[in-house]
Amino acid sequence: MAEITIDTLSVTFQIDPGEVERWIAKDWLRPDGEPGHWHFTDIDVARLRLIHELRHDIGVEEGGLPVVLRLMDQLYESRRQLRRVREALNSVPDEARNPFLDFLRQSGMG
Amino acid sequence: MAEDPYKVLGLKKDATEKQIKAAFHKVAKTSHPDLNPGDKKAEERFKAAANAHDILSDPGKRARFDRGEIDGGGQEAPPRGYYRQHAEAPAGNRYNANFSEDELSDLLSGMFRNGERPGSARHSKGRDSRYSLPVSFVQAARGGPQRLMLPEGGEIDVQIPPGTATGTVLRLRGKGGPGTPPGDALIEVEVGPHPFFTRDGQDIHLDLPVSVPEAVLGGRVTVPTITGSVTMSIPEGSDTGTKLRLRGKGIPGHGGRAAGDAFATLRVIIGPVDQALRDAMRDRPPFDPRREMLSTLDMEV
Repeated sequence: MAEITIDTLSVTFQIDPGEVERWIAKDWLRPDGEPGHWHFTDIDVARLRLIHELRHDIGVEEGGLPVVLRLMDQLYESRRQLRRVREALNSVPDEARNPFLDFLRQSGMG
Repeated sequence: MAEDPYKVLGLKKDATEKQIKAAFHKVAKTSHPDLNPGDKKAEERFKAAANAHDILSDPGKRARFDRGEIDGGGQEAPPRGYYRQHAEAPAGNRYNANFSEDELSDLLSGMFRNGERPGSARHSKGRDSRYSLPVSFVQAARGGPQRLMLPEGGEIDVQIPPGTATGTVLRLRGKGGPGTPPGDALIEVEVGPHPFFTRDGQDIHLDLPVSVPEAVLGGRVTVPTITGSVTMSIPEGSDTGTKLRLRGKGIPGHGGRAAGDAFATLRVIIGPVDQALRDAMRDRPPFDPRREMLSTLDMEV
């Protein structure tokens, strides 16, 4: 696959490269590499697109973006952790798992 | 879903460009799939609105729809990848929110403790044994296997996680006093200092000496990191105090945490002074780096 750099991204999404550099400096984007030689992975590209939409489609001001991103990162971290719990539960035999599922159902979470 | 795009966005037939945009943004605010992971309905609402917006924001397509030449389905937009697909996978750790490392295991072990029945077969459990394990700064930062020599003879192999800090207690189940079940070994880690690395969370800091030519002209220098030396570019005209980041060269990523960064703070070192350097300095135009300092003081006096 071709390397994804700021230049390819700014063409694809019609974003000012300076804006992307600023987002990286603020740690909203964490591509590999160093200033002037950034390499974007798939998640970086998807995040860049999301930040662009938050700014320009959803109307989040630049000042409010860190709040949104921080809450979003926490949401996804919780979801990744829940996935790990789910994997852990899936790895045990039914008779060990069922009491958990029963409890969750009874407490209205299942 | 060949729905009427005007209906989808709640617009009249004569809606202006601005109204169309505003209507789409309103839906995007509440229904963007990346802000509503796991909510299928939000995703459907967003897709329908995006499709409607796609038709109505393009004067050509809008005119063709108004003339009845195309239906509200338009051309189905090509499937796009959403951020959440990456964020929910292990790759999402790149943007982790730095939750406490042990939060998940604390939560779960708390669950199990609460579920324990009093008076169950705990009486015969062996006693926990406490040990302390000195570890060098770099070993603690990198993580890895450590061997603990027991005062009573024997040894225990411990895997310490990357970025282990002084005071961290590692519990090794069943490695403590005899019993049924045997007790646990509680190993408190003591991390030694390092001559030039310090640690701040997941990041490693160091003061990096650079020569005058390197600072003035810039160039590539070799920098020690906890996992070996790397090459770094110094921009031209970098002064003492300039902080440069080596992304991902801090504490290695582990257990849902992304790798930290290394930060090198430059310290310009003059080195040996010879006649040529003296001469070059004499020819410099005057520059007083204390001017601002002194004028600030004057204003206060």
